[in-house]
Amino acid sequence: MKQATTIPLAVESAGRAAHTAPSIKLTRRELLKGTGVLLGTLAISSPLAMLAPSRAWALEMTELTTRQGTVLLALTRRIYPHPSLDDAVYALVVKALDKKAATDKNLRAMLADGVKKLDAQAHGDWAKLPAAKQDSDVAALAGSPFFEQVRSTAVVALYSNPLAYAHFGYGASEGDGGYLHKGFDDLTWLPEPPAAASGPVPSDN
Amino acid sequence: MTQAQTQLEAQHGAKFALDDDHVVVIIGSGAGGGTLANELAQKGVDVVVLEAGKLHTRQDFLTDEWGSFQQLAWLDKRTASGSWRVAKDFPNLPAWICKTVGGTSVHWAGASLRIRPHELKARTTYGQLADATLLDWPLTREELDPYYDRAEKKMGVTRTNGWPGLPVNNNFKVMYAGATKIGYKQCNTGRMAINSVAHDGRTHCFQRGFCFQGCRFGAKWSTLYTELPSAVATGHAELRTEAHVARIEHDAQGRVNAVLYYDADGKLQRQKARVVAVAGNSIETPRLLLNSHSGKFAKGLANSSDQVGRNYMRHTTGSVYATFEHKVDMFKGTTMAGIVEDEARHDPSRGFVGGYHLETISLGLPFYAAFLNPGAWGAQFTAAMDQYTHTAGLWIVGEDMPRATNRITLNQTLKDQHGLPVADVHFDDHPNDEAMREHGFKQSEALYKAADARQVYRVPPYPSTHNLGTSRMSERPEDGVVNKHGQAHDIPNLFVSDGSQFTTGAAENPTLTIVTLAIRQAEYIAGQMQQRAI
Repeated sequence: MKQATTIPLAVESAGRAAHTAPSIKLTRRELLKGTGVLLGTLAISSPLAMLAPSRAWALEMTELTTRQGTVLLALTRRIYPHPSLDDAVYALVVKALDKKAATDKNLRAMLADGVKKLDAQAHGDWAKLPAAKQDSDVAALAGSPFFEQVRSTAVVALYSNPLAYAHFGYGASEGDGGYLHKGFDDLTWLPEPPAAASGPVPSDN
Repeated sequence: MTQAQTQLEAQHGAKFALDDDHVVVIIGSGAGGGTLANELAQKGVDVVVLEAGKLHTRQDFLTDEWGSFQQLAWLDKRTASGSWRVAKDFPNLPAWICKTVGGTSVHWAGASLRIRPHELKARTTYGQLADATLLDWPLTREELDPYYDRAEKKMGVTRTNGWPGLPVNNNFKVMYAGATKIGYKQCNTGRMAINSVAHDGRTHCFQRGFCFQGCRFGAKWSTLYTELPSAVATGHAELRTEAHVARIEHDAQGRVNAVLYYDADGKLQRQKARVVAVAGNSIETPRLLLNSHSGKFAKGLANSSDQVGRNYMRHTTGSVYATFEHKVDMFKGTTMAGIVEDEARHDPSRGFVGGYHLETISLGLPFYAAFLNPGAWGAQFTAAMDQYTHTAGLWIVGEDMPRATNRITLNQTLKDQHGLPVADVHFDDHPNDEAMREHGFKQSEALYKAADARQVYRVPPYPSTHNLGTSRMSERPEDGVVNKHGQAHDIPNLFVSDGSQFTTGAAENPTLTIVTLAIRQAEYIAGQMQQRAI
């Protein structure tokens, strides 16, 4: 399989994933103060399950805490809501934010502060609020530097990875050899343009 | 891999000494600079090509849009100002052009249309427009046609010289169905510098898509694997990569005589020159001329007219994407897969002068997300993204009005990695541009609705890919920067060899004309050198 994802996915077999914790190195999490981990399981119906060695996935962060990662993931889901898009793809946005925060202390502080305020607004866990309440909070947040950091990171990270390509049906590197013999003209629901508007399909190599 | 490409990778050609003052120094290796280099080298003229970017060969090209963008695009700092939306959406990326060997000819989509006779006489045809600086080109189509012939032959342009058109792809099928339903008559797979059959040691197109990311098959013409290796093979050309030019120097008589550049190690070098040709695309070319100011030329080189940097044009553009009940998969096959030419006529009854083309366009998922509606979020945006595979797209590309106030200036506070003032790109849409864009949007919406579109999206202009006109050709020295050979009015051995020369923008994708002008300019330079005029 080609490089399917940048998330280090756990190695449990798909069948056991529901019952067993993914094999992440929890020691590392304890040793690295202030870091977190996001855990998830791909839905059985997810087309992404085919891409991953396991349905269970884990994202280790070096800058953000588990709490911060969880809220940022929930926030991203409301900024770019795709109901059937797996959390594993949204986790890539958190990963990108974590990576940026590693070299940008101001951003790290901004993310921490933003999450703290959301949780305070929720009087607890913002990630667990009903979607409608989250949406009104997000609308109020729109345009703020915190929102823009998350949004501008998300619009790149969310749609620029093999999991997203599979979900949205984009060929990406599948097209590297060309679609000449792989359906570049396979649309059949409209009439074929006449020969004068077209040209011969090359038959040689 | 062609033999020529092997040669380019193995070595960068002849070696000329820094103090060798008989060489023609060409700044930039794209459609203008790369073609000029080859045309001169074929005539036995020794040239040194200074390219700011690195050598990335076809094997290096990527399918990952953001990765490719990092690899090929000019990412050195620039600023944008003015009322155009690009200044708001992409304040540090006013243009999407390249910093790599081959320049933007690596990234272009291949559309190769001749500028129409009336467009070369824009001032005469369109009359005087308020707040526009329209001017006739000092060249006619009759003068250009023999060189267009040579450019089309060189580039393997489809539907010329007996080469067939490219076969239709899915995105074009949608365009064609809609276009014919609303009465357009001139719609086909276009004249493209993409091989429809094997030609020039390069294969035919394999419908890979990723035309913007560099053609891995080499079916699309680019100086990277045509002009540059051919030039190098003559023994009369040296290509220096990662050579970032800082200024052009002149002698006491005001003739240019050397080019200062930072090499790959950041060391300043001085290459002497008999002739200098600037082909850095229409932002870097005026920036370099302005940055080369001296005691003798206080306003910058070739700028006694104060026209350097002015009349910046970027074509009136916009995109329309439409979603359908059935699948389109617009990403399969060439990016610019077909063209509607009906609106390219001059017909002021539409409410604007000049014309425009509709050309299919496709973006991969990452760039579709980035450009669909920059800054947008929420359920409306994601609903459009969810329809990605069922989406078709086209690009409006039309003539914009030259304006003295649309210009490249030096940013007085922001410096690049070498401490040189960066370019500020100022642009305000002219009312004619706005009227044309609105017309193009409406026609495109009608086109897709005629093909039973469900949703139609108007997409604002991308960072400029067609940058034109900042050192324009003019009959009279006071109206522009260069004459009809691209020769500076002020300095006989200084030339401009890229789209900066364009007097007006016309409605056609500019590369074919840039190549045509470079072929013509090479003849002129060689002749002038032979006569010892320069």
